Amino acid sequence: MLGLGALGVVAGARAQQAIDSLLGPLGNSDPTGLTGLLPAAGGFRYYSVTGTTPARADADYRLAVTGLVARPAVLTLAALRAMPQTTLVRDFQCVTGWRVRRVPWSGVMLSQLIESVGPRPQARAVAFRSFDGTYAESLTLEQARRDDVLVALTMYGEPVTRPHGGPVRLYVAPMYGYKSCKWLGEISLTDRVAPGYWERRGYDVDAWIGASNGRDDEPA
Amino acid sequence: MSAAEPRLLRFTRAQRWVHWSTALLLGVCLVTAACLYVGPLAVLVGRRALVKDVHVYAGLLLPAPLLLGWLSAAMRADLRTLNRFSPADWDWLRSSDRRSGRVPVGKFNAGQKLNAAFTAGSILVMLGTGLIMRFPSPWPLPWRTGATFVHDWLALAVLVVTLGHLTKAGKDPIARAGMRTGVVPLDWARREHGTWADERSRPPAQPPRS
Repeated sequence: MLGLGALGVVAGARAQQAIDSLLGPLGNSDPTGLTGLLPAAGGFRYYSVTGTTPARADADYRLAVTGLVARPAVLTLAALRAMPQTTLVRDFQCVTGWRVRRVPWSGVMLSQLIESVGPRPQARAVAFRSFDGTYAESLTLEQARRDDVLVALTMYGEPVTRPHGGPVRLYVAPMYGYKSCKWLGEISLTDRVAPGYWERRGYDVDAWIGASNGRDDEPA
Repeated sequence: MSAAEPRLLRFTRAQRWVHWSTALLLGVCLVTAACLYVGPLAVLVGRRALVKDVHVYAGLLLPAPLLLGWLSAAMRADLRTLNRFSPADWDWLRSSDRRSGRVPVGKFNAGQKLNAAFTAGSILVMLGTGLIMRFPSPWPLPWRTGATFVHDWLALAVLVVTLGHLTKAGKDPIARAGMRTGVVPLDWARREHGTWADERSRPPAQPPRS
């Protein structure tokens, strides 16, 4: 068994890739969801640092956009839905190794939201906080203005579910999943990047997929 | 068992302690693994940092009962027996009438020996791959991915084997009593572990007359 174990460690990465490409499409069309029990059958995994899933009814949900801005705003879900929507179809990559391919996201471009509140000259970074207060993340202003950073309202054509971080979550396509703050409650413009939840625990602040955290995954 | 029935001591306190401690630790590992892994459970429990820590500590402690048990002569004897496969064992595995008594069975039947081998092997492999996952820095990325791959799939195998073990135990109340109290009735032993029962119930040899 030790021999098999050692062989698995050395050859496993390639075996996992082969299995992913086999099981991934199967998992997507499996009505029972049982394939979800198999290791990394191409689906999302749920990693939460809180006890229970934060809950906010659609009608009660508010997104505060504050900090070094000329016109701070508090947006309802309806207001967000009324803004021009953008769709991105990109992979979601977790820093622990699992990846979900070609996820359709739609929502408001973060860059648009930032422009609409009028960032002050001192603003150099954007901070994000989950609405239960547990999770924090941030991006540089330049990173936040990319055309692949979304304040996401839907996934797979449906409103973002609660386990996935709904009603509103961040999606930073070029970076590892921990940057994509779930249960988004506040966006705040600041003068510097503050290390977020996982970064304080050792993960890279600039979490570029394939070029950070000692990993070489293909970019999303 | 009635007081009058002849009985054999199958497991001393040492062996029982090793069995139950390992079972508890493995149970904790499996439950925490499920909470880390199975979507609906993860959503319910969350608290990933805490669950992960409990999982890691239980995993690190997993070999400890066996290592401590090594101090017991009775435990060492059982480990030697479990580790030795005879031609009769292979015969038993192949046969369709395992419990007829046609194939001689010692203290442990071949299925139990396989279970023990699998358990010992899994504990070591899970510990090794788990350490790579818990302390990733010195290891090259493909090895870390490989370790995760082995850890994930072996966990499934361990779950299946554990469920099989529990099913078998569930069907044999006397075997369960043996692991709980250490003692089994002689006639059960004759049926299930004939060779062992014969050895243990042989009248003591007469001392040579000097």
